Amino acid sequence: MTINRRAFMGTTAALAASLSAPMIARAQTAPRVVVVGGGAGGATAARYIANGSQGAIDVTLVEPTRAYYTCFFSNLYLGGFREFDSLGHTYGGIASGGVNVVHDWATGVDRDAQTVTLAGGDVLPYDRLVLSPGIDFIEDSVPGWSTAAQNVMPHAYKGGSQTELLKNQIMNMREGGVFAMVAPPNPYRCPPGPYERISMVAHLLSQVNPTATILVADPKENFSKQGLFEDGWERHYPGMIQRIGPDFGGGNVTVDPAAMTINIDGQVEQVDVCNVIPAQRAGGIVFAAGINDGNWAPVSAYDLSSRIDPNIHVLGDAAAQGAMPKSGFSANSQAKVAANAIVAALADGRAFPPRFANTCWSLIATEDGVKVGATYEATDEGIASVDSFISQVDETPETRAETYRESLGWYDAIVEDMFG
Amino acid sequence: MGNRFLTAILLLTASTGTPVLAEGDPERGRELYRPCAACHMIGDGAINRIGPHLDGIVGRPAAVAMDYRYSEALIDAASEGLIWTADALDDFLADPSGYVPGLRMIFRGIHDEQDRADLVAFLREEGGTPDPVYANATAVLLAPSDEVLQIVRMEGDVYYGEYLSNECTTCHRPQGGDDIPSIAGMAPVDFIDGLVAYRSGEREHQVMQTITGRLGDEEIAALAAYFETVGQ
Ligand SMILES: Cc1cc2nc3c(=O)[nH]c(=O)nc-3n(C[C@H](O)[C@H](O)[C@H](O)COP(=O)(O)OP(=O)(O)OC[C@H]3O[C@@H](n4cnc5c(N)ncnc54)[C@H](O)[C@@H]3O)c2cc1C
Repeated sequence: MTINRRAFMGTTAALAASLSAPMIARAQTAPRVVVVGGGAGGATAARYIANGSQGAIDVTLVEPTRAYYTCFFSNLYLGGFREFDSLGHTYGGIASGGVNVVHDWATGVDRDAQTVTLAGGDVLPYDRLVLSPGIDFIEDSVPGWSTAAQNVMPHAYKGGSQTELLKNQIMNMREGGVFAMVAPPNPYRCPPGPYERISMVAHLLSQVNPTATILVADPKENFSKQGLFEDGWERHYPGMIQRIGPDFGGGNVTVDPAAMTINIDGQVEQVDVCNVIPAQRAGGIVFAAGINDGNWAPVSAYDLSSRIDPNIHVLGDAAAQGAMPKSGFSANSQAKVAANAIVAALADGRAFPPRFANTCWSLIATEDGVKVGATYEATDEGIASVDSFISQVDETPETRAETYRESLGWYDAIVEDMFG
Repeated sequence: MGNRFLTAILLLTASTGTPVLAEGDPERGRELYRPCAACHMIGDGAINRIGPHLDGIVGRPAAVAMDYRYSEALIDAASEGLIWTADALDDFLADPSGYVPGLRMIFRGIHDEQDRADLVAFLREEGGTPDPVYANATAVLLAPSDEVLQIVRMEGDVYYGEYLSNECTTCHRPQGGDDIPSIAGMAPVDFIDGLVAYRSGEREHQVMQTITGRLGDEEIAALAAYFETVGQ
């Protein structure tokens, strides 16, 4: 099948390039794709476009960090089920797969000229641009907190050093101290993430500091896998976790990092560790490109192209695509659909109907894993759910252990899929 | 091959239950079993999954788990008298597809002798003694269902299968992993049989049932055609 594609590519690819970007004179004829963000969406897209086009498309990946630390499984690190180093992945495999990897920040997008500007000054022309920058935090969404306070009250909601910091703080908590979390409002990345984190912190504390308590202020009425988490907390960590929902003021929270206090609806609590997960929006480059509508980038469900500029595809957390949760699995799934569409458009590959899937595994305690997942399809309105499943409260310990092991297999597979 | 199986039977009769091999440590074996657990259940309530259940496996004749559709290779071996004695398992685990050529199971084998002994010790402890009914059981080659055969006869579109495989590779690694089985290089009939079993709900697995729930015959044929070509 590759032979067919190759035979076509020589002429049509060059033609496609010259038609779609006539303003930019180029020495080379291969169409160019620039991917901004080397995370779950961007790394997958870069690899799949390079592979799918068999080198007929010139792919550049722009990512500032040299090692990507996954958010997925970072909670398992907090719980002591994972080494920190096992979360880090480098870009060597992507580079040797024919992708030009540039370690820099993208700072601007000129949509008319079809160029991306990097912090280092380089200007990269593109025929198609893929943005998968993940999330940023909305300033002042938790009054008293700002990114300047993130070393005192960590968010640990982007991968890497923040996660390590949070773990250090937990390990150094005074005996019988209070771990507080300010949970985020919808929509945010990884719907079960805060609650898996609560489980993992509870697991760690029950071993190293069993009289410590956990206080969660939550602006949301309900949350992902709620029944499963609450059942698990009851069984494994009875009396340790208190969650204050919006009925009791969990949505009316301010913090004071200097005093290490949290004010929940007028009631001030002194806490020892405070994990603030603020409200979220698309990564800044989406706003620089001017393709946002409110906090996110609206996209077509068919190929993840921006509804504002069809030459730009937005993947993963930053996209407003419809029903898929913001997860690494979703970003990976969306990246493959976009890659197929881009290779079809620029290198005359075959276009196939979009199809999406997601599964989110969470660990509640040792060998007590749960999952939720669904398949999705594209509609004119957005990505829509086709069929779904969720773990049950009354499952056997064997099923839970199996679910956990499955999540280990998934982690190994998705990082191999992303990074080669 | 016949000779080796004959020896296996003789050893079984000679030793009735006493381990033939070096002592294995079943607790270490439990750890080593982890990759096996992705396909094989063992212990109370074990049922056939991707692979047959392993209850009473040490001392059990080959290819006799009820209702499991074994490969022709294993049925042939069974008809030559293969019995899974500790010795036979040891040889098999050292080089599975060398021991039973044409085996469906995709597993590279375990080189370390002590590891094999530990694993077999675990199989013996966890699987218990084989049910006496196995002694008289005969291995039969079960035909795939008509539904499966119909898909087998379709010509799968490899390139479409490659695209569809994107949905598989988020969890199934090309070379296989410890916790989720490899599916690369599978024979189309086995691949199709597996997916159809998930699709019909006959084989349990939430993720796989949801994924296969919307695969049509054409999609399954395409995937089977693609996966046959990779990983070989
Ligand atoms: C605690 C936690 C647990 C989670 N657990 C799971 C889980 O179990 N399963 C799951 O599927 N998902 C999980 N997630 C969610 C998952 O991490 C995200 O949904 C996923 O990473 C989104 O992928 P993305 O490509 O949109 O963004 P990211 O993976 O965040 O990648 C964005 C990349 O873009 C780069 N970038 C940003 N701006 C620029 C710029 N201007 N120029 C260049 N590069 C830029 C960043 O450096 C980053 O590497 C979890 C998240 C958290 C916080």
